[in-house]
Amino acid sequence: MGSYTGQVAIVGVGETPVGKVPGKSALWFNAEATRLALADAGIDKHQVDGLLTCPSFVAPFHRMSVAVSEYLGIQPTFSNTVNVSGASAAASVSLAAAAIHAGLAETVVVCCGDNMLSGMTRDLAVKALIESRDPQYEAPFGLLVATTFALTAQRHMAEYGTTREQLARVAVITREHARRKPGAHMTAPLTVDDVLASKSITTPYHMLDCALVSDGGAALVLTSAERARDLRKKPVYLLGAGESYTQEHIFCAESITTTGARISGGKAYAMAGVGPGDIDVAGIYDCFTGTVIMMLEDLGFCKKGEGGPFVEAGHITFGGRIPINTHGGMLSYAHPGLPGGFFHIVEMARQLRGEADGRQVEGADLALCHSLGGGFATNATIILGTEPHA
Amino acid sequence: MSAGKPLPRIDDDTRAYWAGCARGELLLQHCRDCGYVQFYQRALCGRCLGAGLEHRPASGRGTIYSFSTVYRPPSPEFKDDVPYTVVLVELAEGPRMISTLVDAAPGTVGLGQAVEVVFDTIAPEVALPRFRRVDPRCTFTPAAP
Repeated sequence: MGSYTGQVAIVGVGETPVGKVPGKSALWFNAEATRLALADAGIDKHQVDGLLTCPSFVAPFHRMSVAVSEYLGIQPTFSNTVNVSGASAAASVSLAAAAIHAGLAETVVVCCGDNMLSGMTRDLAVKALIESRDPQYEAPFGLLVATTFALTAQRHMAEYGTTREQLARVAVITREHARRKPGAHMTAPLTVDDVLASKSITTPYHMLDCALVSDGGAALVLTSAERARDLRKKPVYLLGAGESYTQEHIFCAESITTTGARISGGKAYAMAGVGPGDIDVAGIYDCFTGTVIMMLEDLGFCKKGEGGPFVEAGHITFGGRIPINTHGGMLSYAHPGLPGGFFHIVEMARQLRGEADGRQVEGADLALCHSLGGGFATNATIILGTEPHA
Repeated sequence: MSAGKPLPRIDDDTRAYWAGCARGELLLQHCRDCGYVQFYQRALCGRCLGAGLEHRPASGRGTIYSFSTVYRPPSPEFKDDVPYTVVLVELAEGPRMISTLVDAAPGTVGLGQAVEVVFDTIAPEVALPRFRRVDPRCTFTPAAP
């Protein structure tokens, strides 16, 4: 049994309008993104025999992947609702590829959609909050999900001298990227001072250090590399994948400044046979500004502790060492909840196809996507390429 | 002040822990087989899977491993509490836990500050272990590991 490096490809991508999109259901965001991805791939829905999605906060179907399939009028023979919180994006692609490689399915749709901005009622929001933290050891203390990430940033600042300005710089740079991507949720120019002056949420994070709350959906179509060659779009090959699940509770983490991304990234690089220096463009889960800084370190784009200066030196934008989140990420493009990380993958596929009009990283052959969740409880990394071998 | 706030959902794993809190003791589980000291309470040892776990009162002392002062309440029930400071406390016995500080003005909290547990009764028979600073001077800047 070899790895599935180069054996599976992304052959279609789709995304719905994002931002404030009222009146639609979570199922619609899944289905519409899938319809667009199938059209992009030139694949009829009846050829789809696998479907993966994630749970919706707004429409908590017990069998979300089955509900989405029914909405689309398909009856897959491989299906699941992936729930490793924010890491679900890259983890779903990895799981779909494994299923294709193992012969469980030929053509798998990986989709995710939700309407957290328009559809979330107060009751749902409170329920989601309480259920997202341990009911005995965390929720009674008023622990926001954001606070778990804030604890990591605070410690990173103390250990490595990372500054508030360096955190803010991540938001400023990715806002500039969103301005190049049509339809982004937030496009007003942003300065470091704007970020620092925005409302304090949970120190050290201010409002503009935090990902948006949006509506939106994204979908990918995957099939075998062999089939991919006959389809209309240039295949984007999956070259490497790795996951890591280090703890559930932030208080059980061995370190809160070095994360499971080191493990998931290491596995993905090893499978692909490449290193961080080979990657041309990256999509990094940016639920908070400090998260990006820590991931740049743990994924090997810079040394541990040097993420802040690395960002400050302009290395994460066009012309820098590793342009990231060229669509604007969850800080500026869209963050409808679990779909947030899927847009990074759609964007990396577009970069590798050379379709990122106005924001194309010239000559991009290798891209990395990293998804994470739960205060670094879950991490998943994938490496994509224009050729089946790096 | 705690009307409508989430109360711990006590089960067989955690009954002894919450009973300890109610009488003013912070209990940690010690494994008789491998010596591991664990937080949170489980029916088995998280290191060796042994079932021979013994509850022993902790010293109640620790240091602030990290903190975050919350300005935006997670739900309306916490609205009157903001700003409050969530702490990740490293207990003297080794394990870490999430709690909040009592009587801490924002801007005076620092990593490494020594803290000790205090119990805050929020419902009949339910007390939350919170922490107060023993010496509110920041005495420690963590070195890069």
